[in-house]
Amino acid sequence: MMPLIRKFNNTFGADMTGPVIAFVAVMVIFGIGADNFLSLGTFGSVAFQLPELGLLTLAMLLPLLTGGINLSVTFTANLAGLAAASVLQAYGGVDAPGGAFALAVVAALATGGAAGLMTGAAIAYTRAHPILVTLSMMIFLRGLGEFLTRGGDVSGFPSYMAPIGHGSIFGLPIPLLIFIVCVGLWQVLLTHSKLGFGLLMIGSNIEAGQYSGLNTRRIIMLVYTLSGVMCAIAGIIMLARFNSVRIGHGESYLLITVLAAFLGGINPFGGFGRVLPVFVALVVLQLLSSGLNLMGANQHLATALWGVLMIVVMAARTIVSAYFASRRKKI
Amino acid sequence: MMSAEPLLSLKNIKITFGGVRALKGVSFEVNPGEVHCLAGENGCGKSTLIKIITGVYKPEEGAEFFFDGQPITAMTPSMAQSLGIQVIWQDLALFGEMTVAENIGFQYAVSGKYGLVDKRAMVAAAEKALARLGVSLDLHMPLKELPIAQRQIVAIARALVGEARLVFMDEPTASLTQSETDYLIEIVRNLSASGVAVVFVSHRLAEVLEISDRMTVLRDGALVGLFPVEGMTQSRVTELMTGRNFDSAVIAADHDDQPVVLSVKNLSRTNEFENISFDLRRGETLGVTGLLGAGRTELALTLFGMRQPHQGQIVLDGETVHFGSNRDAIRAGVAYLSEDRLSLGLNQPQSIADNLVMASLDRILSGGLISPSKKENVVSHWISALGVKIGRPEDPIRTLSGGNQQRVAIAKWLAIGPKILILDAPTVGVDVGARAGIFEIVRKLAAEGLSIILISDEPPEVYFNADRIIHMAEGRIKATYDPRQMSLTELEGKVYA
Repeated sequence: MMPLIRKFNNTFGADMTGPVIAFVAVMVIFGIGADNFLSLGTFGSVAFQLPELGLLTLAMLLPLLTGGINLSVTFTANLAGLAAASVLQAYGGVDAPGGAFALAVVAALATGGAAGLMTGAAIAYTRAHPILVTLSMMIFLRGLGEFLTRGGDVSGFPSYMAPIGHGSIFGLPIPLLIFIVCVGLWQVLLTHSKLGFGLLMIGSNIEAGQYSGLNTRRIIMLVYTLSGVMCAIAGIIMLARFNSVRIGHGESYLLITVLAAFLGGINPFGGFGRVLPVFVALVVLQLLSSGLNLMGANQHLATALWGVLMIVVMAARTIVSAYFASRRKKI
Repeated sequence: MMSAEPLLSLKNIKITFGGVRALKGVSFEVNPGEVHCLAGENGCGKSTLIKIITGVYKPEEGAEFFFDGQPITAMTPSMAQSLGIQVIWQDLALFGEMTVAENIGFQYAVSGKYGLVDKRAMVAAAEKALARLGVSLDLHMPLKELPIAQRQIVAIARALVGEARLVFMDEPTASLTQSETDYLIEIVRNLSASGVAVVFVSHRLAEVLEISDRMTVLRDGALVGLFPVEGMTQSRVTELMTGRNFDSAVIAADHDDQPVVLSVKNLSRTNEFENISFDLRRGETLGVTGLLGAGRTELALTLFGMRQPHQGQIVLDGETVHFGSNRDAIRAGVAYLSEDRLSLGLNQPQSIADNLVMASLDRILSGGLISPSKKENVVSHWISALGVKIGRPEDPIRTLSGGNQQRVAIAKWLAIGPKILILDAPTVGVDVGARAGIFEIVRKLAAEGLSIILISDEPPEVYFNADRIIHMAEGRIKATYDPRQMSLTELEGKVYA
């Protein structure tokens, strides 16, 4: 058992253990418990549901790694969606040409980026806690969005947008492909870019970063800007999936994104974490809710079980590391 | 002070961690009311021994453990506490937001009637403990507003609330100024006179020799011996601790034929330093000494661009420079090794490799992205060039000893290819043996043409390692000395005057 674990840790990293164990457990339990869990249908539904939560989790990930948080992810996403929607409507709504769509995407990304930049600048220059700043931002964006939409839905988009939410290429859902590309980008960002290096460093000690010449303000502003841009991508996909924009869409995802990140081994204090374990954790969460769905369990119960899963994984992590520590002492 | 029966007596203490013998059959004894020094380099087993005495670790079979003449078979931390054995760790473990009284009497605070805080008993206990030390502090002052020396006192007073009979002090003077150290020594004397035995764990040999009755020296987990302190010299203690003999000689030399790299002209910052002027030549080591608060670090941070001068000029290679931030300074080839390695100099939880490349990321890019192979080359080059002892480059840097951490911190700056290296208290928390290694590196770098500003509040360090010495006091340059024209005692006399 021991060499196997060690080999696993060397190949995939120790932070992969939790998500992978949870993955295997979910597959085994539902594979036995639910008749048609191990079917294409399950994986199809997971593949379509994963991207929204996944993209928002990626948006949450970078701030968490700097030791911060972004509580405004869902409202940033919907406000970006709203920006896209208003561009499309200005060009004829259902009849909007392809060029308008491109412009709408740019408007969404710019809106998300701008919201992120505002947040980042406020955190970098006032040194206020990210919880306070992003909470204010969340309330601001929500209020702004509700004001602009009068609390209702904005709908009526060109039909060629639907594939972004529902279509497939070679049997793979387009939103999933977009998500996987974004996972790849975040992976490269964190492992190979100066920004990724810097944000991890300031996550565990911002002052030491400053003393070593890292531009900590710029890093924080970029982190929140990229977080906002990632929200915008999620917002565009939500727009296409629901064929409407409402400022409250996906509101319940907010805390789930934090949960998924921690389940994926992100250090709650910042400085340490990788993208791939978070990806696996997201898959586990979706499988869990799909499996419960198949077994006819109430959707709210599924949400409750996500919380239980999180606590179990935390406890397991403590027990496993205590076990290893005692092994080390005995050797 | 000698008594027939030791208060604490240990024999044949052995303990093994992960296949490594941390203690190899050590014996240790302390007499009642004695001031005893436990000396040895980092990693020699001092802390492990303290943790065995306080019941945190269990020694292996065959250990003998007596306290107050009674054999002890299984010590536990709560038993150690009830026997009156207290440890004041270097980080003090106090609560900054709480008041002096709350910090001292906090055992009362958590064990009052009905689980409530008995505030009156707490304050009374705090008063009594401080009175025993012969000091008076404002009991209602939040701890964080006290200078570090007084926090030290609070930590000692807290130990006394538990009716201490044996107090261990781990590096108590590491962050104190000379006068604060003198004050602490006075307190320790009072404590010892009232019958409490004190075991001092310290790197600073001068005060150890001044205060202790006897000393136990450990080296690599083995006992070197138990020695009376009378007649002991610093160099003898160093030799006992390291097993090596360090010859000290002045290395100062003239560099007048070398070009001036840095010229500081009338540099001032309000309330920090005033009218500082000096030249630094290629390959020269300029020592800067003076008491804490003399403005040394503030000057260094200004040269490093982290603070802006209010007046005066910094001329680098003949050109006046204005650094907007330390990034400008780094680009211009100025490096600054922080005095606070734990929180500013290095990013302790992060890896050795990442710490090493942190300041020189631009040099390991390839196509805009960090190249793992270039990074690996840089890391392995500097690890071997500076003789850093590490396990794997991915290990957190906090797993290294102070000396090895400092080597990585120096490597981090050498990796930017600096012209000027400012070393601020480079030997704080570094073992005597490892200190010599650090200075060996500094001398080699100077010989290769690097200009170095060596800041230290220990006169011997600048005396033996610098070409010239600037003496700072109250933000001004008081004098400039040539080590070849004065004795170390003279220099110490001027600095401590």
